[in-house]
Amino acid sequence: MAYIDQSRDVPALAGGARVEDYLALLKPRVMSLVVFTALIGLLLAPGGINPVIGFIAILCIALGAGGSGALNMWYDSDIDAVMSRTVNRPIPAGRLDRDHALALGLILSIFSVVLLGLATNYLAAGLLAFTIFFYAVIYTMWLKRSTPQNIVIGGAAGAFPPMVGWAAVTGTVSIESCLLFLIIFLWTPPHFWALALYKQSDYGAAKIPMLPNVAGERATKWQILIYSVALVATTLVPGFVGFMGPLYMVAAAVTGLGFLWLAYRLFRTTEDKAMRKAGRTLFTYSLSYLFIIFLALITDRAGSMLGWF
Amino acid sequence: MVLMTEPTPIVPPTSPQYDEVFLARRRRRSVALGLVLGAVVLIFYVLTIVKLGPNVFDRVL
Repeated sequence: MAYIDQSRDVPALAGGARVEDYLALLKPRVMSLVVFTALIGLLLAPGGINPVIGFIAILCIALGAGGSGALNMWYDSDIDAVMSRTVNRPIPAGRLDRDHALALGLILSIFSVVLLGLATNYLAAGLLAFTIFFYAVIYTMWLKRSTPQNIVIGGAAGAFPPMVGWAAVTGTVSIESCLLFLIIFLWTPPHFWALALYKQSDYGAAKIPMLPNVAGERATKWQILIYSVALVATTLVPGFVGFMGPLYMVAAAVTGLGFLWLAYRLFRTTEDKAMRKAGRTLFTYSLSYLFIIFLALITDRAGSMLGWF
Repeated sequence: MVLMTEPTPIVPPTSPQYDEVFLARRRRRSVALGLVLGAVVLIFYVLTIVKLGPNVFDRVL
């Protein structure tokens, strides 16, 4: 349509933002990972759920993630403006009012929690509310700018969705859902520190105390290695406690070895350019890794239900 | 990606073209908001029916 092309030439103005700008506030890519992990948590939970209510539960988790994303962009618009990775976000690019982001974030957060409570149970709604609060307040407003351990503790926010999905079905928190939480929790530090290693200058310019800027590259690579070992060990626990079967164990072991190898290769690299490349490789791999682990969880469960093994 | 390639503004804020674009954007936002509100109504309707269960049809007319 003609006006879409024209609209790209019009400067940002109060009330003149495009629909796409509002959608960008919801961090669709982060949301897709949240939806995926929450869906796996919901499907793995014992007991089953009405498909319509299950769909609404996942929708609520997605909207909650979107709401917290909008609150994050509202609060962080000053530092987003100085980082190359985030400078084109709607607020720093001048396409959207900050107040609109705050309003959208609050409305989505409240709506998603209330709807999840009405559709499923209050534990799931409480967990979702806590997740949003943790991401928007504890991580964004407090930890991110004050400690190099920001993403370690803040990573909990990204780890809650499968637990919320599980709680939506069972109304409880169990060892199994805690394991799902722990896998994402331990995955977050090596994932983000790999990114921080090759985007150091960005974080430095924004004065965010990421580990490579504060403790140095050597310490960061050590920490990545330690967390990677802890992560891979944790991914094997579901098999050892009888939660998962052989298919999952093989997938977790093979992809885990790949993760450890890339973390070790990054650890051994000292030359700047090669280190950035190794950091980028680990970052990209870690995304696929988490996807495969969660896919293996559900495939293993489906396989055992269908009597494959 | 559209968002990554936002060009420098070239349309003056007082031109007719600007008004046209502004109205078009506002219309798209209104349509989007209308669809969202419709979806909310639909969600609450379906959720209510599902929560009530099949017994909702089991009554003396």
